[in-house]
Formats: sequence, structure tokens, C-alpha cells
Amino acid sequence: MSIQIKNLSKKFNQVYAVNNINFSISTNKTVGLLGPNGCGKTTSIGMMLGLIKPTSGDIIIQNKNINTFERNELLSIMNFASPYVELPKKLSVKQNLEIYGRLYGVKNLSLRVNELAEDLNLKDFLNKKTGELSSGQKNRVSLAKSLINKPEILLLDEPTASLDPDIGDYVRTYVQSYKSKNKITILLASHNMAEVERLCDSVIMMKKGKIIDQGTSKEIISRHGRANLEETFLKIVRSKDEMA
Amino acid sequence: MRWHKIYALCLRHIYLISNSLPRIIDLIYWPTVQIFLWGFISKFFTLNSEYYSNTVGIILTAAILYDFLFRVSISYNIMFLEEIWSRNFTNLFIAPIKLSEMIASLTITAVFRSLIGLIPAALLAIPLFGVSVFKIGLPLLALLLSLYIFGVTLGLLVTSGLLRFGPSFENIAWASLFFLAPLGCIYYPVEILPLSLQIIAKGLPLVHVFEEMRNILLNGTVNYIEVFISILISIAYFIFGVIIFYVAYSGARIRGTLINMGE
Ligand SMILES: Nc1ncnc2c1ncn2[C@@H]1O[C@H](COP(=O)(O)OP(=O)(O)O)[C@@H](O)[C@H]1O
Ligand SMILES: [Mg+2]
Repeated sequence: MSIQIKNLSKKFNQVYAVNNINFSISTNKTVGLLGPNGCGKTTSIGMMLGLIKPTSGDIIIQNKNINTFERNELLSIMNFASPYVELPKKLSVKQNLEIYGRLYGVKNLSLRVNELAEDLNLKDFLNKKTGELSSGQKNRVSLAKSLINKPEILLLDEPTASLDPDIGDYVRTYVQSYKSKNKITILLASHNMAEVERLCDSVIMMKKGKIIDQGTSKEIISRHGRANLEETFLKIVRSKDEMA
Repeated sequence: MRWHKIYALCLRHIYLISNSLPRIIDLIYWPTVQIFLWGFISKFFTLNSEYYSNTVGIILTAAILYDFLFRVSISYNIMFLEEIWSRNFTNLFIAPIKLSEMIASLTITAVFRSLIGLIPAALLAIPLFGVSVFKIGLPLLALLLSLYIFGVTLGLLVTSGLLRFGPSFENIAWASLFFLAPLGCIYYPVEILPLSLQIIAKGLPLVHVFEEMRNILLNGTVNYIEVFISILISIAYFIFGVIIFYVAYSGARIRGTLINMGE
């Protein structure tokens, strides 16, 4: 599934959260959306999920404009995970996965749940209440939910923020292996350079609602004459609006 | 609307309730307390008032019916708040389901959630106070239907407020019902109200429901037109509620509250 974003803007109370951005992601690529807090990453993802209505511009997924196309049809091939979104705490892991599996119309659901439980090591706590899990376990369950429908497009909003390094690394490793085995287009919002460098085929750099650079990590690094993505990022963020 | 999606949404609440004994007890506890309170008040009035002397339990029956209305709307709101509290809210709004399916699942679950509390309470009233709501007979179902539709509507309106203004709107959820109570003529005939309020009150289905309940119990006759009117008014409010819900949803999409709600 390819994604095209055209002249997309979102104003909240007369202030641009996202200001006329353009980019595209080709099928089965992983693209990083990189930028400091408040630069408009979550807002961009929210618009792609239909949760936020753009002020202007278009989002085109596999040649279908999400404004005119049946919302449910697109949502059923997408999914999303973020540490700020959780599953009902009082339900068991299995119950939660079952409900989302049904909502997404997953065929052979119990097979799919088993597969994910195997893959993400959920077996030991499938019948435990989700709220009683450790943060690492919860995180794996959230990942399982976001993959329940074998999404063709996966949007990840800072998936490893607020995780300890060990769990963060587990998530990165898992996503890396998952995308090598499955056909999936991923947009990964992050402010973790190492994560983006490791997982993404290319990078979009945002600042104050605008895209200030995009390309592969290598291209961006060399364009700014820095040693790595982290330094490049700092240079861009700290430069006083010379580009924004 | 697709039934399997609605069923999946209901399942979330069924699991929630069946996973937790305290929750079930909570659902039964409050209606039962109401029964005791109004049972004794009712008994007192029956012994000391001429108006009620020929029919035992008008007040108690009214209390049970009002409690049903109250439970339906509160259930509706709680279920929605539950999604905000558990941060599950965004997950639901990105699932391939329609708003109408969401409304349908809340509407269906609300009635079951309410009946879990109401049925034991209503049964309890029979041996304890010799009062049976079932005395109203078949029209009882019609009156309950009207209250159910109106209860869901109140739930929808408050839920729309939650969507529009965020979780801080919660207090209004509780306040709105108490605001309607005096106008609903639950425990007294509509003539008690000043004329201007009578006119407003008649625009609510509650007056028609409770007047008719008294009519049935006191006179032993059923005025089907009144029953029909109360259902019709409830349906009109329900349609209004659904429209407000859609408006609130599209407002929430503009203001960006569907993602990160509850932060
Ligand atoms: N619902 C909202 N209402 C008003 N302003 C918002 C809302 N959501 C985000 N913003 C503002 O828009 C900007 C971009 O926010 P966001 O997309 O969350 O950034 P990021 O995810 O990159 O940290 C910020 O300045 C933020 O304060
Ligand atoms: Mg964000």
C-alpha cells in the first residue's frame, strides 16, 4: 500500500500544527517521521487515521483519497500503536485480542491470536488482566493488537518512548523482523535517532509543522555535513528557523 | 450496520462485567437501596394519605421505573467513560466500525446492564413490600420502552458532551438527570407544577409515562394514546440525540480530541 500526502495542513485555534506537508511512501517501505516534541508528528498520523480532519490537503492511500473513500475499508487494512493508547485494563489479554480481532473481521481468529502469542511471547499471560501486566508485557500486547489484522499500513507513534532500553530494543528488533517477513508499509514517528536509522528506509524531518528535509539517513547526514543522524537532528532543531 | 461488529463491541462490556464480581454487585446494590428507601416511604404514605390509600406502591413503582431510566443513561455514559479512562478510546475510533454500530452496541448493552440491577430489585419489592411493578401488566413493557429510549437519549447527549468538551464534562452527566427529575412528575401529578412548567414538562416523555403509570394503578384503565405519545416523544428526542452525537464527532475530528483524549 502506498501513501501520498499532498499539501496537508492542520490548524488548531489559528495555529498551524501541520503546515503544508508533502511526502509519499512507497509500498512496503518503512519511513521515519522525525522531529522534536510538538512538531506535528501525532497530528499527521491522526489525520491519516481519519481521527483528525485536515484543514486542507489530501491523503491518498493506494490511489484512494481518504476523504471520498469509504472510511471503514481503509481502516480495516491499517493499524496503529502508541504508548499513549492502551487496551482495557480489566479484560484479559486474550479477551482484548479477541475483541479487536472481531472488530477487524479477522478470519481464523484463534489461529491468529496463537500466532501472535507465540511470536511476541504472550503465552504465559494470555489469561491475565491486561492492567496487571508489566510495561514490557503491555507493550507487546499493544503490538499484537496493532498487528491483529495483518495491516498493510502500520502507523507507530513513538512506540518506544517511555520504555526502558531493554524493552525498547525488543520492540525494534521485533518490528525489524516482522517487516522482513511481511508485506507492510510503516510510518514510524519518533525522536529516537538510533531507532529511525535502524528501522527506516528513509526519513522525513519535521520542525514546527513543516518538513525541512527528507531522504535516506545517509543523504540527510551528508547534506548537513554531520557525523550521524543525531547530530544532524540537533543542528536542524537548534538552527533558529533558518529553514522553517 | 453489521451485527457481528456490534456484537464484538458488546462483548467488550460483557467481559468487563463478567470479569468482576464487585461490578455486578455494584449494579445490583444501588437499585436495591432505592427499593428499601422508597419502599418505606411508600408504606408510610399508604398508611397516611388518602390519595394513595387505595393503591399500595405507586411511589415504589415510580421509584423503580425512574431508577430504570437513571440506570440506562448512567450505563450508557459509564461505558463510554470507561473507554476514555482505560485509554482505549483511540483504538475504537480507528477500528473499521461505524458510528451507528458504536451507538447500537452502547444502546443494547445499556439495557442489559440496567436490567441486571433492576430485575432483582423489582422482584425483591414483591415479598418485602407487597408491591409488584408487574401489576401494570403488558403496558409496563411499553412504558419501560419509552423510558429506555429516553434514557439512551440522555446517555447519547452526555456522551456527545464528552466527545465535544472532554472528560471534564463528566459532572454534567450526573447533573442532567437530577435536573430533569422535578419536571418528570415522577412522584406527583403534573398539576402540582406551575402552569408554565407544566407546558415544558409535557414536552418530556417522562410526564406521560408516570402519569400513565398512576392512571393504570389508580383507575385500572390503560390510555394507550398516552403510552403511544410518550414513546413517540422519546423517539423524537432519540433522533435528536443521534444527530447531536454525529455533530459532536465531527467537531471532535476538527479539534483533534479523538487522539490523546484523557491526557
Ligand atoms: N487537539 C489539539 N488542540 C490544540 N492544539 C493541538 C492539538 N493537538 C496538537 N496540538 C498542537 O499542535 C502541535 C503539534 O502537536 P503534535 O502533532 O502532538 O506534535 P508531536 O506529536 O510531534 O509531538 C503542538 O504545538 C500541539 O500543542
Ligand atoms: Mg506526538
